[in-house]
Amino acid sequence: MSTVFIAFQANEDTRPIIEAIAEDNPHARLNEAPAMVKIDAEGRLTVRRSSIEERLGRDFDLQELHVNLISLSGHIDETDDEFTLSWNA
Amino acid sequence: MDMHAPKKKLGLKEKYQVMTRGLDWEPSYQKKEDIYPYATYEGIKIHDWDKWEDPFRLTMDAYWKYQAEKERKLYAIIDAYAQSNGHLNVTDARYLNTVKLFLTGVSPLEYMAHRGFAHVGRQFPGAGPRVACLMQSLDEIRHAQTQIHALSNYNKHYNGLHEFRHMHDRVWYLSVPKSFFDDAITAGPFEFMIAIGFSFEYVLTNLLFVPFVSGAAYNGDMGTMTFGFSAQSDEARHMTLGLEVIKFILEQDPDNLPIVQRWIDKWTWRGYRVLTLVAMMMDYMLPKRTMSWKEAWEVYFEENGGALFKDLARYGIKIPKCAETIALEKDHLSHQAWGTFYNYGAAAAFHTWVPEKDEMDWLAAKYPDSFDKYYRPRLEYWREQAAQGKRFYNKTLPMLCQTCQIPMLFTEPGDPTKICYREVDYKGGKYHFCSDHCKEIFEHEPEKYVQSWLPVHQIYQGNCFPEGTDPTAEGFDPLAAVLQYYHLEFGRDNLDFEGSEDQKNFETWRGQATKNV
Repeated sequence: MSTVFIAFQANEDTRPIIEAIAEDNPHARLNEAPAMVKIDAEGRLTVRRSSIEERLGRDFDLQELHVNLISLSGHIDETDDEFTLSWNA
Repeated sequence: MDMHAPKKKLGLKEKYQVMTRGLDWEPSYQKKEDIYPYATYEGIKIHDWDKWEDPFRLTMDAYWKYQAEKERKLYAIIDAYAQSNGHLNVTDARYLNTVKLFLTGVSPLEYMAHRGFAHVGRQFPGAGPRVACLMQSLDEIRHAQTQIHALSNYNKHYNGLHEFRHMHDRVWYLSVPKSFFDDAITAGPFEFMIAIGFSFEYVLTNLLFVPFVSGAAYNGDMGTMTFGFSAQSDEARHMTLGLEVIKFILEQDPDNLPIVQRWIDKWTWRGYRVLTLVAMMMDYMLPKRTMSWKEAWEVYFEENGGALFKDLARYGIKIPKCAETIALEKDHLSHQAWGTFYNYGAAAAFHTWVPEKDEMDWLAAKYPDSFDKYYRPRLEYWREQAAQGKRFYNKTLPMLCQTCQIPMLFTEPGDPTKICYREVDYKGGKYHFCSDHCKEIFEHEPEKYVQSWLPVHQIYQGNCFPEGTDPTAEGFDPLAAVLQYYHLEFGRDNLDFEGSEDQKNFETWRGQATKNV
């Protein structure tokens, strides 16, 4: 199974997002580099709006991810509730 | 950030439909082929443009909202950085040479990307890719502007940044990135998308931005870190556009596969050659290093690109054949490039130097199979020579590759002791190449590449002197005349870092920042 990844700036906006991703994707690995965090996961990675909202204590639009996103890999599927990265092979 | 996320009237998928295809219309009094005249000549067959969908489902209203937020954050930080004399917090003044290379070599490409995506966004017959290309076109002009704004602060204090646009069109090593983009933008709309959208953005852009920006952060350059991350936040969307376009083209018709494969092979190599400058920056120009070029290549190309090509194999796409050559070069690329710039340090608009001992030890640890054996002895020799007052500057001009325009500095695959030369005879002329891959690209499109504006040829033909220069006058100094033509001031913008005005000023100003004088 190939690895997908998503990388964010390391700041206060992304802390709850990264925590939510880590909890929802127990197979994911966090790699911290200067000023950024890269999250690698075998096969598939899911970002859930509800998990982020629980931590933020407010409504969250998944498109807010764009503000602090650095890079990613894999096929994307985005709905109102989930943002998913995956490889088919 | 505390953004308001209002309850939505339409779901994401519905809104995307309404705001892209819902805004499109069928022409009634003009023929489609007259409206989109470039859509078919490259041989790509598209049967149903509506099959294309942006997986982010970003619409223009949301685009403006998030881009405005990015700009507000960016300019607040850039102002604060300038107001607090943040430039004095960089690790040491050698670091500044990376931003000189970036401003002269990369920022003008952002502007060209803006033009390129505006063009293909106009030419694609499908509403989905047109909207995505429009967004990318706006992103790219934002990148050009924010980079120029952020780096203008350095221009107040340091040399070599004053004429970046003029230099981009003239200076020998800047013809490498310039000709890369000129090559892409003069191709058809589909080839441009594979060249820039897929090969550059998806396969290679991580190698440019992630180590560069992370490196800027690590070296205390908050200004560059901020514009870099702000630009990078758009890159995920660009990469996705590149990947979706390639999947879309391949799904539309099996006849598209060989055309697309040839473009991937060509543009992965073209892009990789441009990244030679990045390899050298990572291994030699960042005083505090984040990761080596070789490590970055392994993570972002071999691992990540490997996953991508494995996935695309279901369409019949193969990993570009140049990947084998690149694997053989990864232990050598940055060392050979820096050695060349050290040689030609009198003709470059940034400073060069021999690395310190601890830096050489870092290089030896990162490159156990090559650094101590091939490159450390040469650097140590140059240092000895410089200590004796004989700092070496090469005064003859190098032969350039007709395709990538890089001096012929690369070695034979598998033999780092022998320079790689290839040549082709075409219509009575002889053309030179740095590699089999650049030679093959030429052979497939010779009428395009015979037109290359090669800086060394142009200098020898007398086209790179200021107007009114008389090369037959007694005591004529060709190098001095070329530097004047470049607007590069001898003794200020060029030569070794040791003894440079940048070095002295930085030391003085940093001293003033910590003491009462």
